[in-house]
Amino acid sequence: MGNAITAVLLDFALPALVVSAVFLALLKFVMPPAVRTVFKREVRSYFMSPIAYVCVVTFLLVSNGISFWFGGVLERGEADLYMSYFQYLPWFFIVVAPAVGMRLWSEEQRLGTMELMLTMPIAPWQAIVGKYLAASVVLFSMLVLSFPIVLTVNYLGSPDNGVMLAGFVASLLVALSFLSITSLVSAFTRSQIVALLISIGLCLFVWLVGLQPVSDSLLKLFPSMPWISSFVSGLSVLTHFNELSKGILVSRDLIFFLSFIVFCLFGTAVGLRLNRS
Amino acid sequence: MIEVRNLSKHFGDKVAVDQLSFTVKKGEVLGFLGPNGAGKSTTMRMITGYLPMTGGSVNIGGADVVEDELAAKSRIGYLPENAPLYNDMSVDGFLRFAAELRQVPAGQITEAVDKAVETCFLQSVRQQSIDTLSKGYRHRTCLAQSIIHDPDVLILDEPTDGLDPNQKHEARELIRRMGEDKAIVFSTHILEEVEAACTRAIIIDEGRIVADGTPDELKNQATHAGVVVTRLKGLAGSGIKQELERLSEAGSLKICDSGDDNICARVDPAKGKSSEDLSSAIFHMAVDKNLTVEELRIEEGRLDDVFRQVTQSDTATGKA
Repeated sequence: MGNAITAVLLDFALPALVVSAVFLALLKFVMPPAVRTVFKREVRSYFMSPIAYVCVVTFLLVSNGISFWFGGVLERGEADLYMSYFQYLPWFFIVVAPAVGMRLWSEEQRLGTMELMLTMPIAPWQAIVGKYLAASVVLFSMLVLSFPIVLTVNYLGSPDNGVMLAGFVASLLVALSFLSITSLVSAFTRSQIVALLISIGLCLFVWLVGLQPVSDSLLKLFPSMPWISSFVSGLSVLTHFNELSKGILVSRDLIFFLSFIVFCLFGTAVGLRLNRS
Repeated sequence: MIEVRNLSKHFGDKVAVDQLSFTVKKGEVLGFLGPNGAGKSTTMRMITGYLPMTGGSVNIGGADVVEDELAAKSRIGYLPENAPLYNDMSVDGFLRFAAELRQVPAGQITEAVDKAVETCFLQSVRQQSIDTLSKGYRHRTCLAQSIIHDPDVLILDEPTDGLDPNQKHEARELIRRMGEDKAIVFSTHILEEVEAACTRAIIIDEGRIVADGTPDELKNQATHAGVVVTRLKGLAGSGIKQELERLSEAGSLKICDSGDDNICARVDPAKGKSSEDLSSAIFHMAVDKNLTVEELRIEEGRLDDVFRQVTQSDTATGKA
């Protein structure tokens, strides 16, 4: 029992702390002050209103509930969370990330505060990054608060905590990718509901194109050009999630997620500019 | 301080702002007038760098708004139309946020917020959440945000909109005071405001400048500006009329009221004669003829007449 706790501490608490510390240090020392100011305001705004709490609590209830009842964490007799937990997590994020991010720019445009913010001496990308990071904190806290499941499996057996950590990292990256899609969509509409629905649709799309049946049917459609199928599945978040969550930290997948997010945030800037002119 | 050159904005086929040029120097308060949809807000949004411009340039104290965006923006304080605010913040929190974004040094933020709160009379609501504020307080909070970094240039889009008469008066006083060492542009529908606070006014219509000058100069453009109105007594109306017509200073003449022993007339000065010449000629004539002068005044033009003249003529003739 004592060993289990040490293992959990070493494998989870420590990395989570390190990630948070690195993040805060980046924010404090590397990020331009304008990004930090926007970030602080947004985080406060999230945690002052019920949105963050509702999202976090719903997410925890549903994700844990599903994996215990349907995933069969306990019945599987495996101290491995991939089949029972991690393979479901991104599905929740398809809804939760847009719910957290839907207000990012749509609310800003509806209230007219975007005009206020973008006429201050701040570059649009700084505002976009600041707001995006604040919403990321909400998603990050969801995953951090999922720690009881780690304790549970460690209590029940001796799982490979490294793989589990990879699962969390992969889930976080998926969540952040979905959030960047939401940021992009919210730049184009003043309505939060529209932003929510379209984002869910797009997240679902980039998730589903990676499913085996899709690549199979693409292969059947273009038998002479197998690269189409591998290209499409290579573009899907799912493919890269699967690689990462198996515990294989491949730089190719990390670069994929990073460029995906950067691309969507860049698209947000383009969207905001188009909307203004 | 503010230099606007050939500024244009097209929304698709529609020309919202058409080759607008003007400059505002330090110490000048420029009133920006025009009917709804004339392009006032669009122009202000381009000056503040919010809207990308279709053509032309804007220079703020040496910094081009497009080329040197951040430097230009840091010199501007801007109050957008309808005073948008983050409803989930307190007045104090919001002003701190604005001060940070507007690059007030960390050590001076409290001082800057104190000053802005005082200038805009926000002491009583300082800790209150913004979504509980009345419209007047919201407006003033947004105004406080725009002056928090003591900018050289202030762009205020309808700063008195939604304020009660007392608050309007205060806001005008504030603008006039701040205008002494800043360059201010403010838009409004209310013409007395221009007279009360501006050193210069521009009227724009359909994206073009249709009048530009000090409030007095503009008023003189009114068709009936300079007309001498007089009411004389002591002779039959028709007799006085003849005397008036005989004056070499008098041009055309309109009788508004004529009685057995009095007359009220509106007299235009003759070509090349000033209204003052005419009024003293009338006075001397009255003394000579032993008439009682009950009224003798030079009619001042009214800004709203000028406003209607210059903004309606275009629409009526379908120019533009």
